Amino acid sequence: MTIAAEDKNGDSRQSSIDQAEVDRFSALAREWWNPTGKFKPLHKFNPVRLTYIRDQASLHFGRDARSSKPLQGLRVLDIGCGGGLLSEPMARMGAEVVGADASATNIEVAKIHAAQSGVSVDYRAVTAEQLAAEGETFDIILNMEVVEHVSDVNFFMTTCASMVRPGGLMFVATINRTLKAGALAIVGAEYVLRWLPKGTHQYEKLVRPEELQRPIEASGMNLIDRTGVFYSPLSDSWNLSRDMDVNYMVLAERPKAAAASRI
Amino acid sequence: MSQPHTRERFDIVVGGAGYVGLATAVAIKASAPELSVVVVDAAPENAWQRDERASAIAAAASRMLDHLGIWSALSEHAEPIRDMIVTDSRNGDEIRPVFLTFDGEVEPGEPFAHMVPNKELVKALRSRAKDLGVDVRQGLKITDAREDTDLGVRSVLLSDGETIAARLVVAADGLHSGLRAMAGIKTVSWKYGQSGIVTTVRHERPHNGRAEEHFLPAGPFAILPLKDNRSSLVWTERTEEADRLVAEDDFVFEAELERRFGHKLGTISLAGGRRAFPLGLTLARDFVVSRMALVGDAAHGIHPIAGQGLNLGFKDAAALAETVVEASRLGLDIGSVSVLERYQAWRRFDTFQMGVTTDVLNRLFSNDVTPLRMVRDVGLGLVDRMPKLKSFFIKQAAGLSGEGAPRLLRGQAI
Repeated sequence: MTIAAEDKNGDSRQSSIDQAEVDRFSALAREWWNPTGKFKPLHKFNPVRLTYIRDQASLHFGRDARSSKPLQGLRVLDIGCGGGLLSEPMARMGAEVVGADASATNIEVAKIHAAQSGVSVDYRAVTAEQLAAEGETFDIILNMEVVEHVSDVNFFMTTCASMVRPGGLMFVATINRTLKAGALAIVGAEYVLRWLPKGTHQYEKLVRPEELQRPIEASGMNLIDRTGVFYSPLSDSWNLSRDMDVNYMVLAERPKAAAASRI
Repeated sequence: MSQPHTRERFDIVVGGAGYVGLATAVAIKASAPELSVVVVDAAPENAWQRDERASAIAAAASRMLDHLGIWSALSEHAEPIRDMIVTDSRNGDEIRPVFLTFDGEVEPGEPFAHMVPNKELVKALRSRAKDLGVDVRQGLKITDAREDTDLGVRSVLLSDGETIAARLVVAADGLHSGLRAMAGIKTVSWKYGQSGIVTTVRHERPHNGRAEEHFLPAGPFAILPLKDNRSSLVWTERTEEADRLVAEDDFVFEAELERRFGHKLGTISLAGGRRAFPLGLTLARDFVVSRMALVGDAAHGIHPIAGQGLNLGFKDAAALAETVVEASRLGLDIGSVSVLERYQAWRRFDTFQMGVTTDVLNRLFSNDVTPLRMVRDVGLGLVDRMPKLKSFFIKQAAGLSGEGAPRLLRGQAI
């Protein structure tokens, strides 16, 4: 299942991969991007998190959020990018996006879809640690629905924070470890509504806001905003909310260092 | 399958260059100039200039037109409706008891509606579309509109053999929408057995901006003020009777017209052609499918009793434009069902409500049953005595009521 595809151009790689594999990835791409399929919850969730990211980033970097390319020229890392549901919109908003995912399959799927929709995203099958080791830095790091799946939150947050440029931002979205979250996000979403496959989330791995705050602040960044995100069954949509008991997002900023050594 | 024909790509293709299709294209393009928009229409070049009908444009819709830079070109052709009376009467009644009167301003100096000739509206919209860089192509019939999931487009095949691939297809091709059928969207519909005769009359004395709706036994008879001592009529009759009247000599038609119009405005004469349109209620079961959204009559055909057809269509245009522009600014796929569902949720319930309201009104008023007549007259009389309720109805008619109106209808930018 591992794909040997290291920085070759699309065409030569296409011809070296067998057709059955390509078909399989295309089918998976269709699945990822089908708004009424298995990933429907993510599609539903996308507008609220994209709006939050765009509005906060526009405010921070002094952009017009209503323009067609508010993120023009900003270098963005989408860590745990999956099929590219966030990476593509970010790129369309003008950002220079690196989409990273530990799963080589996801990366192939994301590449196929980006080619089909004519969006340019630099997809790489790498981990955050590998990117940090390569000395990559970014204006914005997106850490969306990832931390609840990693084994060592402290280490992961510290690694990500190390790649944020001075004056840059890091967004983290996850699920709180509360009884309410256990009831709604696990029992509700996985067992009752069947939005997500059973076993998608494990209660012990959910993350409290203070557990993000500690490594973020220890890395020299400041938390500058936090918000809850709540599902409204009546309008069948997600909205920002003050209630951070279930889904929430936090935003951290790395101060423009006094001794501004822009990397 | 390889054809010598070209294949163009647009972000949005609008099928139908009526006022709703054009308004949708203009509203989107004015707010998001980076989106490429083309409008294709089956009618020959300049056919729109022969439309003799006029439409009531509610205050909300004219705020939108104003915001889009169209109202200034239109205002010289627009006759404000200054007040409105409603009567319940029989043909030939010389004295028609007035049950309901409305002073027609929603804000000081802003009438709740204007009457505008359709061709002037279409002309102004076309000219604005051109200025904004929206391509409007006439004489092209859409013969197919199939989705290509992998390319993320719907491909529209045109009668000249060309194909346009678009991320979103807007079906604005009217009551018998071909695009709706191609997408496999079913409708719920029934006929009223009534037809609306539409014509224009000239009268001796000025109407002073008064609109009148007379509930005659065969159905509503509406007189709507136009410029220069003229009025637009919507005259409801049983379908067979309407067809007979339209086919009659001018002399007979005029005589029948006079019996219903009355003599308050002096001598009347016909000032245009006449046509009868069968009336019914048609609602599309879905307003959106993947890469297609229905607007205007393609989504809903309602009874003209409340003069809301155009206004519902403009609400669709404003809501779809807002949905699409906001999604586009977030970098989302504008043709995806997850984006379009917002438009559907926004419009379908409101449309259903309006469809039911007009249906009930029509059933209540299009008859000569004495007990019903008494009930409805008491009802109208009560409304007339309750200023709060009246102002509610005026706001409703002006399209200004209700939570969450699209921003353009509030005169604001998307």
